[in-house]
Amino acid sequence: MLTQIGQTVTCWNCGKSPEEVHFCSHCESLQPPTTDYFEYFGLPRKLQIDLGALEQSFYRLSRRLHPDVYFRRPERERQLAVDATAWLNDAYRTLKDPVARGEYLLDLYGMKKSEQKSSNVPPELLEEVFDLNMALEEIRTGDDSVRPQLIEAKAKFENLLEEVDHSLEAGFGEWDRTESRDALEKIYSVLNRRNYIRNLLRDVNAELV
Amino acid sequence: MGIDLGTTNSLVAYMDSVRPKIITDADGEKIVPSVVAMTPEGELTAGRPAADLLLSRPERAVYSVKRLMGKGIGDVTEELKLFPFQVVEGSESVIRIRLGDRILTPPEISAQVLRRLKLNAEGHFGQPITKAVITVPAYFNDAQRQATKDAGRIAGLDVLRLVNEPTAASLAYGLDKRKQGIVAVYDLGGGTFDISILKLHDGIFEVLATNGDTHLGGDDIDNLLIHIALEDVATEWGEDISRDAVGVQHLRRAVIEAKHALSTEPEALLRFSYRGKQYNRHIDRPLFEKLIAGIIERTLEPCRQAVLDAKIEVRHIDEVVLVGGSTRIPLVRETVQVMFQKKPHAELNPEEVVALGAAVQAGILAGVQQDMLLLDVTPLSLGIETMGGVVSKLIHRNSTIPASATEVFTTGVDGQKNVLIHVVQGEREMTGDCRSLARFDLKDIPPMPAGMPRIEVRFLIDANGILNVTARDVRSGKEQSVEVKPSYGLTDEQVEAMITESIDQAEADFRQRQVVEARLEADAILAATEKAMDHDAWFEISEEERAAIKTALNELRMAYYADDHLLIRSQVEKLNQATFHLAELMMDTAVRSALQGKDIREVG
Repeated sequence: MLTQIGQTVTCWNCGKSPEEVHFCSHCESLQPPTTDYFEYFGLPRKLQIDLGALEQSFYRLSRRLHPDVYFRRPERERQLAVDATAWLNDAYRTLKDPVARGEYLLDLYGMKKSEQKSSNVPPELLEEVFDLNMALEEIRTGDDSVRPQLIEAKAKFENLLEEVDHSLEAGFGEWDRTESRDALEKIYSVLNRRNYIRNLLRDVNAELV
Repeated sequence: MGIDLGTTNSLVAYMDSVRPKIITDADGEKIVPSVVAMTPEGELTAGRPAADLLLSRPERAVYSVKRLMGKGIGDVTEELKLFPFQVVEGSESVIRIRLGDRILTPPEISAQVLRRLKLNAEGHFGQPITKAVITVPAYFNDAQRQATKDAGRIAGLDVLRLVNEPTAASLAYGLDKRKQGIVAVYDLGGGTFDISILKLHDGIFEVLATNGDTHLGGDDIDNLLIHIALEDVATEWGEDISRDAVGVQHLRRAVIEAKHALSTEPEALLRFSYRGKQYNRHIDRPLFEKLIAGIIERTLEPCRQAVLDAKIEVRHIDEVVLVGGSTRIPLVRETVQVMFQKKPHAELNPEEVVALGAAVQAGILAGVQQDMLLLDVTPLSLGIETMGGVVSKLIHRNSTIPASATEVFTTGVDGQKNVLIHVVQGEREMTGDCRSLARFDLKDIPPMPAGMPRIEVRFLIDANGILNVTARDVRSGKEQSVEVKPSYGLTDEQVEAMITESIDQAEADFRQRQVVEARLEADAILAATEKAMDHDAWFEISEEERAAIKTALNELRMAYYADDHLLIRSQVEKLNQATFHLAELMMDTAVRSALQGKDIREVG
């Protein structure tokens, strides 16, 4: 995803270094995206973001980059506008959602989101997850008596999810203050935990409907 | 121009400096029925003449073809039971329908409707029109969009953009006032249902979420009522006419009339007479509403899902807009009002608003509407098949388009030269439950040990909501060739062949119209000249002049039946020249000054 980042770039039109993110500062032509999502929005790599300001930037950049604006320009520029807007849209979608934003930052530091495996069960939840899986098995085989147990579990995990979201917010704050590896590790484990709980909830909800 | 290519009806509109306007045909009609038929002379026709043929020769007509766009026979088995179409073999990935002696695909049939609209627009502007924005249901998948684009190309149109119908409608609405806030557009048409939730901000129309059902609309109500009426008829007449295509089409028309009446009247009479027999039935609104409640109910789940996906609550919605002919039904309005806790807007004609919005988008692309910008979304998630048939989602539904995703692929066997990527659209976990979109074959991978090649594939959904795939070899940086095998729809070669065929037809259409127009001019001058030959002035001009007029008259009469508008026009001009002096003499001296510069057609 980020293969283009960090390469030295020259403007496709005038051959000089464009110096700015979206348009060449010499010839004003639209440039292909070469920065990460934060920089594309002119933001520092911070995780606590003013969503209102982000939206305003998104609208402002959309007006300048959108393919509709380049519709009567040569094919090359039209294609550039599609690429730039796709990057802008992908960036906005990622940055406006806290979870996606956190995962993206980790990705920038080489910490890929882990695939969900049973070994990733947060240790303090092991017992409850085991009971829950039993209950899920039973309801799938038609035993409706475990329904109250599932409803109870659902409420519990929903509470846990809320707690996790608070921890995530705390992790974000820590990163913004310290930009430390510790903060990244913390966010990483919170996001894994969150992912795990969310999947569990999805399974429970699927059976309760 | 902007085109609303509807299931039942189609319209074309244009931007008249600041305001979109619907273009009418030569008879002043705005609506072109989306019906295509083969005339007894073996020619394809679309619109009103085709709708008439549907009644008398249903086996030679096709309607609601939009429901078959981008579909294979397996998708529409149930549906085809209700349609009188003859589907021929080889319809697995594209449906093929027999129409008279021809076999046509849905894009070709839709192209006939588009061509009719194109001719209407050309008649209006007096010049060829080749560029258009065409609307599609927001919930159309990739194959359905591609099929619509193909139809445009076959009709000789450069399709500038496919715009989602509810979004187009919001453009038409948003044009009037500087509206801000959150708007829900509820679009129940002839064959499809869409719900879109938009955020309006200083001329930016940002779609937050969309949902729908491409198999839900007024057609379903018609079919339900026809079904009931057929049973009644069987009991009353002791005769089952459900297999009699002509009878069913007449009943369809009667049912639709009753349905329309019930939107304004508390009661309607379904009046059906066929082959000397009568069937009459009073339907009051409570009964009608009881019958259709289930169909209307089906629109609610997509509405709830859209609200959820937009990450808003119903109370945040500032306005609700109704689009599509079926929203004229009072029960639909009540249902919408209950769902959104707001009285819905219907100031603009719900049948015209989509075409008007398409014209606005055409204006945006032409640079006429510079302050407006539409940010639409993809309605369905895009994913690839992974191990065990599980779908890995790459682009989620309701992502703003253009949207992209990149994945790196490698080989599983030493020396493997091809990698096949199966792309699907849909929300389910398993490939089999999603809609297969295409298989992309990464070809000519340099032979290497398994796992070594690194092919980066970029999936891009463009502003039309259509997928584009490109690939490059990460090691060499070179572009990697990709062969696309669409699961449904036509290949590029097939479309090209159809375009060639249609260009011939389009040229013939255009020539034919020019001939017709030239003949109209000829008619006028011939009649005027013949009348002038009885005028006193005829004997005041010289013998030579009279001879020249007679020669020009005969030459025009001969040219008249040639299919050559240039020849007809030049003969009209010759006769005009020859009669110039005569026309002058015919003018009474008293009015001569007032009529200076007039020719014979105006003084006769």
